[in-house]
Amino acid sequence: MSRHIEWLAALLGAALLVLLAWSAPWLRFVLTVALAKGIAVLGLLLLLRAGQVSFGHALFVAFAAYAVAFAAPSVPEALLLLPLAALGSALVGLVVGLFVVRYREIFFGMLNLAISMVFYSLLEKFYSITKGTDGIRLPPVTIAGQALTGATYEWTVFGIALVLALAFGALVRVYLASSMGQALMGIKTRETRLEFMGVSGRRVLLAAYVLSALMGGVGGAIIAMTSRHVTPALAYWTASGELVFIGILGGAGSVVGPFLGAVAYELTRVYAAAAVADAWQLILGAVLLAVILFAPGGLWALLRGRRTA
Amino acid sequence: MGWLSENGLLLGLAALDGLAYAASVFMVAVGLNLVFGVMRVLNVAHGSFYAIGAYTAASIGLAIAAAGLPSWLSLPALLVAAALVGLVLGPPIERLLLRRVEGQEPVLQLLVTFALFMILEDVQKLIWGVQPVSYDTPLKLLGTVDVPFGEDVIPFTAYQLYVLPGIAILTLVGLAWFLRRTLTGRIIVAVTTDREAATAMGINAARVTMLTFTCGTALAALGGALAVPTTAMVPGIGASTIVLSFAVVATAGLGQIEGAAVSALLIGLGRSFAVYFEPELEVVVPYLIMVAVLLLRPQGLFGVAETRRI
Repeated sequence: MSRHIEWLAALLGAALLVLLAWSAPWLRFVLTVALAKGIAVLGLLLLLRAGQVSFGHALFVAFAAYAVAFAAPSVPEALLLLPLAALGSALVGLVVGLFVVRYREIFFGMLNLAISMVFYSLLEKFYSITKGTDGIRLPPVTIAGQALTGATYEWTVFGIALVLALAFGALVRVYLASSMGQALMGIKTRETRLEFMGVSGRRVLLAAYVLSALMGGVGGAIIAMTSRHVTPALAYWTASGELVFIGILGGAGSVVGPFLGAVAYELTRVYAAAAVADAWQLILGAVLLAVILFAPGGLWALLRGRRTA
Repeated sequence: MGWLSENGLLLGLAALDGLAYAASVFMVAVGLNLVFGVMRVLNVAHGSFYAIGAYTAASIGLAIAAAGLPSWLSLPALLVAAALVGLVLGPPIERLLLRRVEGQEPVLQLLVTFALFMILEDVQKLIWGVQPVSYDTPLKLLGTVDVPFGEDVIPFTAYQLYVLPGIAILTLVGLAWFLRRTLTGRIIVAVTTDREAATAMGINAARVTMLTFTCGTALAALGGALAVPTTAMVPGIGASTIVLSFAVVATAGLGQIEGAAVSALLIGLGRSFAVYFEPELEVVVPYLIMVAVLLLRPQGLFGVAETRRI
């Protein structure tokens, strides 16, 4: 039952996004970024299912974005850069994961935060390599060998983001339904029982962590190709907080939630910044408070008309 | 020995600087720790209280100067600013926001404070603008002291040498005494240890929570107020302060007061040495210390390992 509703929502949402991007060309950029962040948040959702919050997931987004920026001059092909950067993030996720999956709850969150902040400072301070806070501009890249420009390029990246969003949404659905996914939820309910059954909680969490890092990397690579400019701000802790924000805004109950949240977040941000330039954070904060206090299941639960917090 | 004689003075200066810096960081971290102990919420908005405390202190100080009042008033004004911020922001935030999500998922509680952080971040910009705000009357008022260092002397401001560490030590001793020797303090410790049992004994946990949150807010604001004579306040300072105090608290172990002092010193000195000798590492050092400590002792330097709940 819920399966059909999610598919329907996903396809309807995708059609709506295409319509929006077509009707208002300037929204194409905003929506591509929203889809990219949605993919990263989808990764976060896996960890949320285990009851763990990473307050440093922007690390993987930023890593892949910088990987794209560094590799683009020598490998100017988007369809190669994207998987390479995402795999790079997954690899970093494996290394960091081996360390952080030994911790739970507050310590898990804080270690993620600390490691992402270390990465942030490296990006910011080693000016000779990373150009510091100025960031790096991306040279033009080809997509499947085609040198695309202007609207065509934007449409293509948007299309790639949309396809990947649907693909990863389906993948996470399958993953959560698998025994690995079920074990993941077991970590949240009671890890000791899981271990009594002979399942290693750490390994289950590590697998999810690497997958979520990969998705963070995919999101980061798309962001780099869309904005064509990467800065250390991508790795700052507030960027990680933003991802958790989107996850809760959309609702952790469904794989559609992250995308719903990301689109709502980006649109609110754009319109709030246009309306009151100095207070967009204030407005977003107020929206977040309203969601937590009055709709703890997020937008997805609101749409479905019942609370599933 | 060549390196040491060449850099000895710099080393001394770094140590003095680190000490003063640790003092201000300690205030913020100990407040965060206190609040976490009672509420089990890591308050992301704690850094905003630091920034607002700093801005308020600067505003009050400038108002004193503008009114032509004697300049020694600028010192007590720092304390007044901190108390004011604690009393004005603490109780309503606890009562209207945090109490409403009490007992909900930790993620939601954390995000409530994150939302608050975002709101306060813009409130600061709306009130105090985006230009750097600096206010150094207390610093100038007390002048400098020549600190003997081997055969040389290091001129250092009396404010950073005496006032900052002095207030930090007073806070540490006062807090330890308050929590262990007074009834109210022991009630706070009781609620921290076991909220349910404390409530069963007739303790009004909600009131204790509000009191603790207000104290924690005032401590963060005090950290900011004390830092404003030495650092210019710019937007974003709250965001960098909070991650630093997270690092201090995690290094010390959650719920540790004296531990927070030790790890504030460790991180303050570490950062200060980095500033003088390897400036690129300035921001990284606190986290490296934290990660290294947590690798060896997952519960922090002074934390007590919790037995697993089965």
